[in-house]
Formats: sequence, C-alpha cells, structure tokens
Amino acid sequence: MKWPAMTYHRATSLADVWAAFAAHGPSVTILAGGQTLLATLAFRLSEPGMLLDITRIPELRGITLQGQVLRIGALTRHVELGRDLLVRQHAPLLAQAVPHIAHPAIRNRGTIGGSLAYADPAAELPACAVALDAVVVAASTAGERRIPASAFFTDLLQNALAPGEIIVAVEIPIQPSLAAIDEVARRSGDYAMAGLAAAMRVHDGRVVAPRLVYFGVGRGPVLAGAACRALEGRPLTAESIAAAQAALTTDLDPPQDLHGPSEMKRHLARVLTARVLNAWLRPTEMAA
Amino acid sequence: MITLTVNGERVSRHVDPRRHLIDFLRLDLGLTGSHAGCEHGVCGACTVRVDGEIVRGCLVLAASLDGAEVTTIEGLSDSGEVADLQANFVARNAAQCGFCTPGMIMTAADILAHQKDATRAEIREHLAGNYCRCTGYQAIVDAVEATLEARR
Repeated sequence: MKWPAMTYHRATSLADVWAAFAAHGPSVTILAGGQTLLATLAFRLSEPGMLLDITRIPELRGITLQGQVLRIGALTRHVELGRDLLVRQHAPLLAQAVPHIAHPAIRNRGTIGGSLAYADPAAELPACAVALDAVVVAASTAGERRIPASAFFTDLLQNALAPGEIIVAVEIPIQPSLAAIDEVARRSGDYAMAGLAAAMRVHDGRVVAPRLVYFGVGRGPVLAGAACRALEGRPLTAESIAAAQAALTTDLDPPQDLHGPSEMKRHLARVLTARVLNAWLRPTEMAA
Repeated sequence: MITLTVNGERVSRHVDPRRHLIDFLRLDLGLTGSHAGCEHGVCGACTVRVDGEIVRGCLVLAASLDGAEVTTIEGLSDSGEVADLQANFVARNAAQCGFCTPGMIMTAADILAHQKDATRAEIREHLAGNYCRCTGYQAIVDAVEATLEARR
C-alpha cells in the first residue's frame, strides 16, 4: 500500500528536534534510517502526523573511545558498525552481529539507534546491547539520561524512552571478554526464529559474569538468568553447558508464532547455546 | 522542493512527503527501469544507488534526498560499468521474466565493486535480499561469478 499522507520536517540540530516536539507533540515520529518505520507505513501499521528526519544532526554521529566506554552515535549505520576499527577492537560482538541483520542494501541505511528504539524482539542489536551491558543515552530538553539496556526494552516493541526523549548514543563498557552471536533463520537476512548473543569472562578457569541473551523467543531480548547462574563460577565444560541448556526451561517461555510452537523455539535456543559456548571449549570437551 | 543528481543530471522537484524514491524515479522522472515490487523492503526489485551505496528505493523518502546523488539501472547501464555483467546475464539466460533483473544487476554491481574476491557462497549471501520469482538463482549467481573471474 502507498504510505499515508503526512508531513515531513528535516532537523539539523537537537534544538530543531525539541522545537518540533514542542510544536507538534505526539504526532511527531522520528525518522532515522527508516528501514523498519517506512515498511510499517506501507502496512499502515503506523500513521505519523509528521516524520521528523534526524539523519542530518551531526551530534548523533561518530564512534569514540571515552575512557573505559565506547560511545556509538545513534545514527551509526549497520554497515559502519561492521567495518569500524574501534567497534571491531572493543565491541566485536556488534561487528559480528552485522552480517545477520537483513541485507546489504538495508544495512547501508538502518541505524543502531533506530534498531534499539524499535525494540523488535527478534532483532540482533537489542540482544547484543543487553549482552554487553550497554547503556542507552537518551536526550531531551532536560538533558541526557542513561538507561541500562537491560531496563530499556520494556515490552513487545516498547522502550523506556519518555515522551520528548530521543536516543543520542549507545555506550558500551570495555572489558576483555568472550562474546559471540548466532541465530537460526529460514533465509539469510530474515529475522531470527531464535538467536543468542552471549558474553562472559573466564578468570582462573572459571566463568565470570556470563550474559546469555536470547532473541526471537519472547517479548524482547531475554537475559536467561537461570542459565547464567548455571555457568557462573564454574569451569566452562560440557557439563556446565548442559546445565545451562537445561535451565532454559525455566528462563524461556517463547510465544508460539508463524515459525512454530514454543517447544521448537526452546529447542533452537538449546542448540544455539551449545553452538556458541562449544566454540569456547577445547574440541574434546564439546556438549551435544 | 528537493534538488538532487540523478544519473549525473541535476534535478529539482516538489515532492509529496509520502512519495518514496521509486515512485519519484518512475512516476515523476519517467525512469521506469527500477521496479516497485513488494514496496515494503523485502524483494529487492527497487535496488538503486544513493551516494554510491545500494539501498531499497521503496524504503527511502524522496523528500529526504536533497543534495543526494542517485544512480539507477539506466545510469549504471549507460556508464558501461556493468556491460560485461549484462552480457553474462544474457549468455546464461539469467534474466527470465526480467522483473528482478535491474535490482539484481544493481546488487551484483556492488559485489563487483567491493568484493572482487567473492566466493560463490559470498555472492549468494550478497544477493540473498533480492527475490527472483522465476527462481533463476543458479544462472544469476553463475553470471556474477563468471564476471568476477573474467575481471581478475
């Protein structure tokens, strides 16, 4: 279907954004890369009064190392995330996620801020943000507010932004760790039927601060607490991985969807758990 | 009012905010080589270049393109950049009904330009966002692979 009638305004500064919010209030919808929003217009799933194009606001761009934090501007496109040297060095999980996100033509426009704001439960970047313990930096006329990623995704397609706030950056704490992402999709580039973004450290042979975050299996990215507790403080072995897999019965209650029933998704989550964690074992120690 | 460059020519037009790039190209400029297929970002038939990078034309607001440089299949074809790829498409019958072909060529040109050493698997991966409902994928991948090999 053709897009609904609407108005369009191009902001070139954050001051423009605040002025548009003040003048037009809730009828304003932020347009960043548009790779989800514009598709929803075609389905008439959203009918914004005004699209506010923020892609020409320079403050929302750029990737910088600030002390122990990697700050990634909200307008960073997926293609940039995949090739940026600072990201590859300090948050390789994000670079690793990029080939899983849609297709090249979409990765050339879609942005990290847009992906987080849209909060699709099957999307890669929200799960990575939670796995990396990232912080979403929101701004409004009141200034900046930092929201932990683990508190940002509040429900299906819902986030913790207040009216009048936009995402300006994502901050990733830098710490040496193992991190990996994998997913199962019917076709390369499709949304995942199930996926896993995982991060942990190993200290003196024992797992420290594991974060197993599953996507495509809930109403948002799911941090699997019981599975993480099954690994915490133990050596990474076939036994501890099997314990984490078993704990997913407690952690995950995937809604049935077009792809299949809950148990199939739980099965895929267990398979992905073994695939991701086995890669960090010596070959002789792998779990099934 | 937007002013942009389309296939090397400067163009100024008033556009309705609800106009996407493909309708702008096809209906306002008469450049009908780019096809409007699914119109929600899935099929890839509308692939064009904006500022040198391929995009889904149906997922770009024409009004947002003030100052941009757009290249369509017409411009790419006229430039001669993909003449060998097009010849390989013909030789291998990689265009059947032809609906997906402009998008396929735009996406394949991206591989030729940026992934000169692409393997067959990488070619398939790069083209995975372009649907061919004649299902002529093998011939399309063959044509891209042959072009890459001949250019090495």
